[in-house]
Amino acid sequence: MDYNFHWRPVFRALPDLFEAALITLEISTLSILLGIVLGMVLAISKMKGPWPLRALAIGWIEIARNTPALFQLFFFGFGLGAFGLHLSPYMIVLIGLTYNNAGYLAETFRGGINAVPETQVKAGRSLGMTATQVFTRIIAPQVLKIVYHPMTNQFVWAVLMSSLGMLVGFRELSGETQFFASKTFRIFEYFAVTALIYYVIVKIILGVSKLIAWRAFRWGN
Amino acid sequence: MIKIRGLKKRFGTNEVLKGIDLDVKKGEVLSVIGASGSGKSTLLYCINGLEPIQDGYIEVDDTRVHDRNTNVNLLRQKLGMVFQQWNSFPHLTALENVALAPRIVRKKSKREAQEIAKKQLSHVGLGDKLDAYPNSLSGGQQQRLAIARALAMEPEYMLFDEATSALDPELVGEVLDTMRLLADEGMTMICVTHEMGFAKDVSDRVAYFHQGILEEVGPPSQIFGNPTSEHTKKFLSKTR
Ligand SMILES: Nc1ncnc2c1ncn2[C@@H]1O[C@H](COP(=O)(O)OP(=O)(O)O)[C@@H](O)[C@H]1O
Ligand SMILES: [Mg+2]
Repeated sequence: MDYNFHWRPVFRALPDLFEAALITLEISTLSILLGIVLGMVLAISKMKGPWPLRALAIGWIEIARNTPALFQLFFFGFGLGAFGLHLSPYMIVLIGLTYNNAGYLAETFRGGINAVPETQVKAGRSLGMTATQVFTRIIAPQVLKIVYHPMTNQFVWAVLMSSLGMLVGFRELSGETQFFASKTFRIFEYFAVTALIYYVIVKIILGVSKLIAWRAFRWGN
Repeated sequence: MIKIRGLKKRFGTNEVLKGIDLDVKKGEVLSVIGASGSGKSTLLYCINGLEPIQDGYIEVDDTRVHDRNTNVNLLRQKLGMVFQQWNSFPHLTALENVALAPRIVRKKSKREAQEIAKKQLSHVGLGDKLDAYPNSLSGGQQQRLAIARALAMEPEYMLFDEATSALDPELVGEVLDTMRLLADEGMTMICVTHEMGFAKDVSDRVAYFHQGILEEVGPPSQIFGNPTSEHTKKFLSKTR
């Protein structure tokens, strides 16, 4: 083997990589939060919406779940570009990830809502609560528990998926790594270190998620 | 008073209530008996507006339940309901279960709502379970929790839909005792039940439902001692 490892340039780039990691974390957090809101809207639209809304929701969900995430990003990048609508790399990744998250989460939420017995609604309504109050005070907290782990997984997935950003010119963690790697040709070293950073980020997310679940769902069995 | 006239209820083409006339006066305890599928639960759901109706009307204190202008959420505060499935809210403690509706529906302060909840939980014998989550309570305790939760709205009527049917036999007694207590306190109650002993001892009148028709209604002595309808006789001979 005549490849010599050189780690020093990677270490020198670490501050920049950490900064990029924060961007990764920021954009995946934003996209998961937006994805949760939109996913909930999609789930309810698919279940109870009038048909145009339902059709829209079904189309969104089907495409998000059954085509490569990369193609979805490319659509918001180059696809819209073909129509003269040019988004910044940041917006392409944010919208692409959000689109994908919302589609996956919609099905998760739908399953969660269906898993809460209908009698809970009747019990709430019989106490004089409005449909909205029943949803926010009784159904949503129970759905949250059911969807909590799938939601955490989706967050992890969003962090990893955001690395596709480098393919649309976005300098999140992978894009930044690519930038340094191609400058120095220490491709393996850079991506090895970056993989480790991803790993640590994911482990932190899973750890925090577990902590929150332990605090929030003490009522569960 | 609850006044029901010519009530018809269909699910699709299936007519479940075929023209019911019934009055329940203030302070009265009415037990509703009948075979499964005869429309007893549906009647209760119609009374508090959880199910729409197709014909006739139901009045609660002169308010038409299914009138377009009726504020059902307000009306339901008068009508407590207890279901066969206990329906505790699993994510809330016993205290929170009971305090929730007073707070968000009756707009009581948090403090006041909790006071009401404590009072009603003691009322049903759960004064020592305030901070317990439903999954740590027995079926009987959860059903009493459901009763406390309904009482916290200070209803004038209580509707019980087979409140003891889903319970293990050894837990039935504590729930029936609670219902008996309410009856003694003068609560107006409609109790769909399979507990003939309860129907006989506690109710002022018993209504027998047969295939969507109110076949016979009268004091327990009549229904259990001297029923006029053949259907009633047959049903009672089977349940004994
Ligand atoms: N939500 C519903 N949709 C369709 N049919 C229903 C529904 N609820 C009850 N039914 C039907 O109405 C009839 C009466 O049901 P129910 O009122 O539950 O009877 P009971 O309480 O006396 O056992 C049954 O034939 C049942 O299948
Ligand atoms: Mg029933």
